[in-house]
Amino acid sequence: MTPPEAEPGPRPQRVVVTSPRVGRRRPTTIASEIDAQSTVGEVYMRSLMRIQLRLALTVVGLLAATVGVLPLVFRLSSGVRRMHLLGVPLPWLVLGVGVYPVILALAVFYVRRAERIEADFTDMVGRERGPS
Amino acid sequence: MNTLAVLAVLAVSLVTLAVGAVGLRISRTTSDFYVASRAVGPVLNASAISGEYLSAASFLGVAGLVLLRGVDMLWYPVGWTAGYLMLLVFVAAPLRRSRAYTLPDFAEFRVESLPARRVASALVVLIGLLYLVPQFQGAGLTLSALTGSPTWVGAMVVALVVLANVVSGGMRSITIAQAFQYWLKLVALLTPLVFLLRRWLDTGAVHAHLDSRAWVEPMQGPHSTYLVYSLILATFLGTMGLPHVVVRFYTNRDGHAARRTTVTVLGMLSAFYLLPTMYGVLGRVYASDLIASGRTDSVVLELPRRILGGTGGDLLTALLGAGAFAAFLSTSSGLVVSVGGVLGQDLLGRWLGGVPAFRVAGVLAVAAALVLTLLSSGLAVAHAVELAFAVAASTFCPLLLLGIWWRGLTAPGAVAGLSVGGILSSSAVLTVMLGGAPSGWLGAVVTQPALVSVPAAFASMIGVSLLTRAHLPAHLARTLVRLHTPEDLDLDRGSYHPENARS
Repeated sequence: MTPPEAEPGPRPQRVVVTSPRVGRRRPTTIASEIDAQSTVGEVYMRSLMRIQLRLALTVVGLLAATVGVLPLVFRLSSGVRRMHLLGVPLPWLVLGVGVYPVILALAVFYVRRAERIEADFTDMVGRERGPS
Repeated sequence: MNTLAVLAVLAVSLVTLAVGAVGLRISRTTSDFYVASRAVGPVLNASAISGEYLSAASFLGVAGLVLLRGVDMLWYPVGWTAGYLMLLVFVAAPLRRSRAYTLPDFAEFRVESLPARRVASALVVLIGLLYLVPQFQGAGLTLSALTGSPTWVGAMVVALVVLANVVSGGMRSITIAQAFQYWLKLVALLTPLVFLLRRWLDTGAVHAHLDSRAWVEPMQGPHSTYLVYSLILATFLGTMGLPHVVVRFYTNRDGHAARRTTVTVLGMLSAFYLLPTMYGVLGRVYASDLIASGRTDSVVLELPRRILGGTGGDLLTALLGAGAFAAFLSTSSGLVVSVGGVLGQDLLGRWLGGVPAFRVAGVLAVAAALVLTLLSSGLAVAHAVELAFAVAASTFCPLLLLGIWWRGLTAPGAVAGLSVGGILSSSAVLTVMLGGAPSGWLGAVVTQPALVSVPAAFASMIGVSLLTRAHLPAHLARTLVRLHTPEDLDLDRGSYHPENARS
């Protein structure tokens, strides 16, 4: 987690010169690059989508590795299938109770990360707006 | 006949009607519902979402399936909860930011095609009806367990209350009614459980029926690996494609609020789903004769009378009856609103104005669901709901996932994927509902089609999109800006608005 100020992204002012839309208006901010659908704007949008998708897939991967493997584990290991904990069969305890905190934890983890990604994006795009 | 229970059911129905009548004076147009609801706070909104989501299948069906088939059935509540996690990570914020009210709105906005909208509308009606039928069934079953009335009576009661509510136009008030119904359902299931468990532990009743290995141990039945994973796929991916779930997301203020609300919903669902399992286990001890008589779906309602008896038992049964009716009413109202909205706007809108079209469509939706209910009695409530999840996972899930995260989606691709997934899953559903499921492997595939139909839908949506690259939507870049950037950034997000599209 790097603080947003230390973001080493490309400096937008430098690329403005190569923008294909110079004729119509002179984009000076990332926000206007995105509005103008310039190459630079596209790069920013693509990277935002890629980071968010990677985060979502990470959560799905974690869910598959914790909850998704359970049917296979139960199928393959009769030991696990018949194990008891506190007098209750383990599969009942896991599926009836244990799975829910895992799902909740993944949800909280996801929201924190996703909000952070968006805050960074807003900083990056919004910071450039201002007196220009 | 349990007089207390009848009074409790009446009370819940009347409260729902009264709240609807109050709403009538406040709200006049369709957009009132959406716009006014956006002032709703996150906890109230999350309660309303959970209240709408927890249906007959959750309140009665899960316990019945656990009683009947044991530990593997715990995947139903797990899947219905995890489905909201999938919704959260892939869909919640972008869907809210799209400003689509309904799934057909989203289809039209994303691929910029009217035919895609029409196919999506047809699927909303199909999924909504599939989901309404088990609610009506559950109502019939509950009222007949409480009073001995024939099963169509309960279905009629719910149908009439929902109709009165929806047709009178009390749509905005549904938020408050549904939020109340979540807490009613939680209390109605939790309170009796405390008494029942205490009695069980005090008396130490026989555990004989708890020892059957096929019931206690997971993954014992034939084809269980396929069946469980197909169930997981249908429930995990189906939630995001349910029409009444999607409509609710518009009531969030923005994308951030949509995410926060979803986390609260996950907490509320997790708390609720700890309970039905225990009813299933208690049912195994005290009511295993229900298996032979094929009435496992009513186990929740039977237990207080069998374990406690007397006035205490009657009181708790009344509470459970009230909770069950809250479940039928809240889910049915949400479904009729979303199905009626789509039917009214895409089918009847040409001949009738907005609000009259919506009312006629509501009547049509309820009538169709009633007829289907009478035709398809005998299907387990939770399984009928699961079929709706399979259709949603095979159609709207690929549309939403690819529409939000993949640039390559085209209108022909979307139509192809929706059609392939819809036809595969709904023909399986029809076969099961008509009682024609074959035995062996083919039977397993037909009863749980998701593991086949979901990949087929994704493959055809991607494949046809790649073949029709020339049809990429004209405003794709703006659309993606709208879906993915936070609202506080001042950006050009295009001009699409569902209010303009629905004329």
